[in-house]
Amino acid sequence: MYEVKVISVFVQNQPGKLERITRVLAESGANILGFSITSVKDFGVIKFLVDKTEEAYKALKDAGFTVALNEALGIEMEDRPGGLHKVVKFISERGVNIENALVYVEESRHRAYFIFEVDDLEEAKNKLEK
Amino acid sequence: MYWNKEVECMPEEKLRELQLERLKQVVKRAYEKVPFYRKKFDEAGLKPEDIRTLEDIKYIPFTSKADMREAYPFGLFAAPLEEIVEVHTSSGTTGKPVVAGYTRKDIELWGELIARCLTMIGVTKHDIVQIAYGYGLFTGGLGFHYGAQKIGATVVPASAGNTRRQIELMRDFGTTVIACTPSYSLYLAEYAKEEVGIDPATLKLRVGSFGAEMWTEEMRKEIEKRLGLKAFNVYGLTEIIGPGVAHECEAQAGLHVWEDHFLIEIIDPETGETLPDGEEGELVITSLTRDGMPMLRFRTRDITRIIRKKCDCGRTMARIERIKGRTDDMIKVRGVMLFPYQIEQAILEVQGVEPHYQIVLTRPHYLDEIEVLVEMSKETFSDEVREIEELRKKLEKRIEAAVGIRVKVTLVEPKSLPRSEGKAKRIIDKRNLK
Repeated sequence: MYEVKVISVFVQNQPGKLERITRVLAESGANILGFSITSVKDFGVIKFLVDKTEEAYKALKDAGFTVALNEALGIEMEDRPGGLHKVVKFISERGVNIENALVYVEESRHRAYFIFEVDDLEEAKNKLEK
Repeated sequence: MYWNKEVECMPEEKLRELQLERLKQVVKRAYEKVPFYRKKFDEAGLKPEDIRTLEDIKYIPFTSKADMREAYPFGLFAAPLEEIVEVHTSSGTTGKPVVAGYTRKDIELWGELIARCLTMIGVTKHDIVQIAYGYGLFTGGLGFHYGAQKIGATVVPASAGNTRRQIELMRDFGTTVIACTPSYSLYLAEYAKEEVGIDPATLKLRVGSFGAEMWTEEMRKEIEKRLGLKAFNVYGLTEIIGPGVAHECEAQAGLHVWEDHFLIEIIDPETGETLPDGEEGELVITSLTRDGMPMLRFRTRDITRIIRKKCDCGRTMARIERIKGRTDDMIKVRGVMLFPYQIEQAILEVQGVEPHYQIVLTRPHYLDEIEVLVEMSKETFSDEVREIEELRKKLEKRIEAAVGIRVKVTLVEPKSLPRSEGKAKRIIDKRNLK
């Protein structure tokens, strides 16, 4: 199990908004490993897992975005049918609730990571590492 | 601190005597010198000598903004042009501008009024006063200029705009007093912090005189917190003289009106009837000593009330409450009347948003809708959609509780709403564009 940092950006639901964010990320030289978008009618939160987290976070902040950095857990899984199920089952059996999640496929058809946020990171770690 | 203690603390009976004497004089002059007033008096069957007591003012017809437009450009001047040494105009966004003419005496008076206002909040010749109101036709810049100079303060006539330079001047000169619109003061604070990298609290700013637009007590707290100064409210209008008609004292509990020069009344804006002191209504001002352009019973459209209770500062001059808004800014939506200040108050009571907002009125299906755009706060950003949604709903509930009808709140990104260097545009009315 890994501890990773996920970048969250507040964004209004309007044409061109996502494009502005991805441009800043591209110019910062960070590579997007995985992302997720959650939206309610007028706004949403976009989460990114990138390779150069600090650089990307700073670039977004400097560009004026409302951005936060959150800790998350990552579990390696197999990129094949049933791979995600196996990981989620493992997590839920230990009584950990997944708040948000995204997937990072490192090597297609071979290895991927399930990246998820939890309410209490330390508590979740204890439960999962047992 | 007083600029003119004898006058500012004059016993009330003496003040009323002075007002009556001056009222009789100004009525006579207006009748004799301005055909516009003569016609109005004649139509009402009124003669200047009919005004015998202060209460008799109620017989004098009102002067409205429409009258002023009709008199454009110089129709209300009571002095020949060779005696008029300066003119100012209102912005004129909704038609012909209003023109105000000043004789040398008027300019002297204006300086005296602002000198009283600034001295009242502790400004002295040892202060560095940066005036960030627009210089030019707008009355804000030059009005403050004359008054601050009269005190002997070091005046920095920065005018509006060029925000980076404003902040550099404040830092390099050690500006202690700022005069600008309240919305611009917030922009200055934001710009200093985020674009110039200066914490506004490290500047030497001590007091600020803010006006020319509606603002609330909640906004005052934000400004004081963000700029690290004590914020005071100034009132005035082009038609009467410009800023300096009234100003708050150290107590920050209402604005003292310079009653030796202005006679104030409160009327019911619907019926035009005079209301007793203490009741809320439209402010009507008569300028008692203006030389170039006296105004008789000018309907300001500003909503406030008169406070006669004696103030702790020792001044006998009556106070008006913070202006709640102009009657023209009143929004009528689905039969409900509301003022932007109610929305501003509600927004600022909720934590997690910035003091930047805009009210958008639309009529999508024959029914008026209000949408309030509010900027998210970067500092308190939660990455949880659920929490943001809760914040949004909280704002909707708070505003609904304040104005009595449902509004839609949309959270927008920080700095996405336009920033103003002068008067902020809070209301976007899209209802008539169809």
